[in-house]
Amino acid sequence: MQRSLMDRLYAGVVGALAGFAMLLLLAPTLVVVIISFTGGITLKFPPPSWSLRWYGELLQSWEIIEPALNSLKVAALATILSAVLGGAAALGIARSQLKIARVLDALFMSPMVLPAMAFGLSLLLVFNMLGIRLSVATLVLGHTIICVPFVIRMVGASVQQLNPVLITCSLSLGASRWYTFRRITLPLIRRGIIASCFVAFLSSFDNVPVSLFLADARTEVLPIKLWAILEGSLDVRVAAVSGVIVIVTLIGLIAAESFGGVTRQIGAR
Amino acid sequence: MPGSAQASRQLLPAVPLAVLFFAAFVLPLMALIFVSLFSTPQFVEMSPIQYGRFFSDPFSVRVLTDTLLLGAEVAMLALVLAYPLGLVYVASGSLGRAVITFLIMLPLLTSTVVRTFAWIVILGRDGIVNSSMLALGLWESPVRLLYTWNGLVVALTQIQLPLMALPVINSLLRLDGNLMKAAEGLGAGRFRVFFTVVLPLTLPGAIAGWLLVFAAAATAFITQTLVGGGRIILMPSYIYQQAVGVQDWPFSAALSLIFTLAVIGIVFAIGVLSRRSMRGVDAT
Repeated sequence: MQRSLMDRLYAGVVGALAGFAMLLLLAPTLVVVIISFTGGITLKFPPPSWSLRWYGELLQSWEIIEPALNSLKVAALATILSAVLGGAAALGIARSQLKIARVLDALFMSPMVLPAMAFGLSLLLVFNMLGIRLSVATLVLGHTIICVPFVIRMVGASVQQLNPVLITCSLSLGASRWYTFRRITLPLIRRGIIASCFVAFLSSFDNVPVSLFLADARTEVLPIKLWAILEGSLDVRVAAVSGVIVIVTLIGLIAAESFGGVTRQIGAR
Repeated sequence: MPGSAQASRQLLPAVPLAVLFFAAFVLPLMALIFVSLFSTPQFVEMSPIQYGRFFSDPFSVRVLTDTLLLGAEVAMLALVLAYPLGLVYVASGSLGRAVITFLIMLPLLTSTVVRTFAWIVILGRDGIVNSSMLALGLWESPVRLLYTWNGLVVALTQIQLPLMALPVINSLLRLDGNLMKAAEGLGAGRFRVFFTVVLPLTLPGAIAGWLLVFAAAATAFITQTLVGGGRIILMPSYIYQQAVGVQDWPFSAALSLIFTLAVIGIVFAIGVLSRRSMRGVDAT
């Protein structure tokens, strides 16, 4: 009797904590989307009235739109660079038995363990020593390094699942290396590439610590602009920006999911 | 040796990235070490004085220990939530699993600033917690939740929970269900089964998640500054303030290195300790 009581207590504790965890995971995103439709001028929750006024304000706020465009540009360039360079590197090292391949793998993954703040500062110091002026290019370079680990992991995982016999067959049947890459390798690692591009884009778009040091005065990026706004005042326009980001990300996720099962790729990381 | 030549040629596609990493990652880290060894921001003479300055200043040491403590607290709290979530996930059907996967992915995919902003809305003076507690009559006046340590711990726990949930779920999925049935069949209660069978066998996943959350929470500059506020000073904002505000590059470089080594050192030490203690478990 006492045991079944304890067992019921166990089920209760586990259920309650799991329910709380699920609420905790969902609530903030939901709250942001709800508050973005407030008709009030504060972040009072629940909103006193409903309206689209903050989305309207957003359309007229060039000082937010411009950083958003900068962020999109930097994230797109960093994603392309990290996907091309990282994808090539992953193809090279993922199946190599050489010791140097493991060393390179550890090197390419290390931006993940290094606090991004320290990396941003160190890159700034180098640019300063070499007399390189900060520009969009320096920013993209920093972001590319941050994005590479995702590409190495995800594309590397796809390459390891690839059956090498397929490539040997293609080559022995007379196909050129380039043709084999285009028609055999690339389609088979497509999922890993799409998933890693998705994650790389998000992490660049979201990055603050590196941009904080590497952005020049003219290229303000969105997360830093939002951070600066929130440090000064609790501006409701940030809610509208957040609403846009959440909705666009969800659409992007659905698109990427239908192309290549992104959630499975991220989960398998 | 044609074999080894071919094996090295296979590595050719990695060369461009290796060059890039040398120029834009290895070189900067060496510059960081180099700069930290100057005694003044004027870069006149070299000495390890910045490190002495850090460890002899109680304020600086306190900032470091607070930051590491924050990471540890957030990771523990995330662990307590991740196991029940994982247990429910494993017990659910395919629809339940899809829902939980979506919930875990959701914060992972919405930007950090957005997630942090959400916590400002939740914890603020007119936020959800305050207004519902007032409406329920549990609190008489609004309580300050934003810009407090506990508020910061809760916000960071939610923000980093996915990093814990994914490895915990992965190792729960790999657990052999027969072991739990056997333990229950032999008369163990479910609490006992959890603490003596489930937890020890899934510890590698838990430790992996713990380390990810620890490192992420300790370095979360945005959330720390916005939810913690100006009065809670932690390493990332300390580095930023010394580098950009005070322009003391040698000291901020030393701060960066000390912080990096502290985080990596803890991650490495726990990794080694857990692998050593896990040897017996793996053998069974």
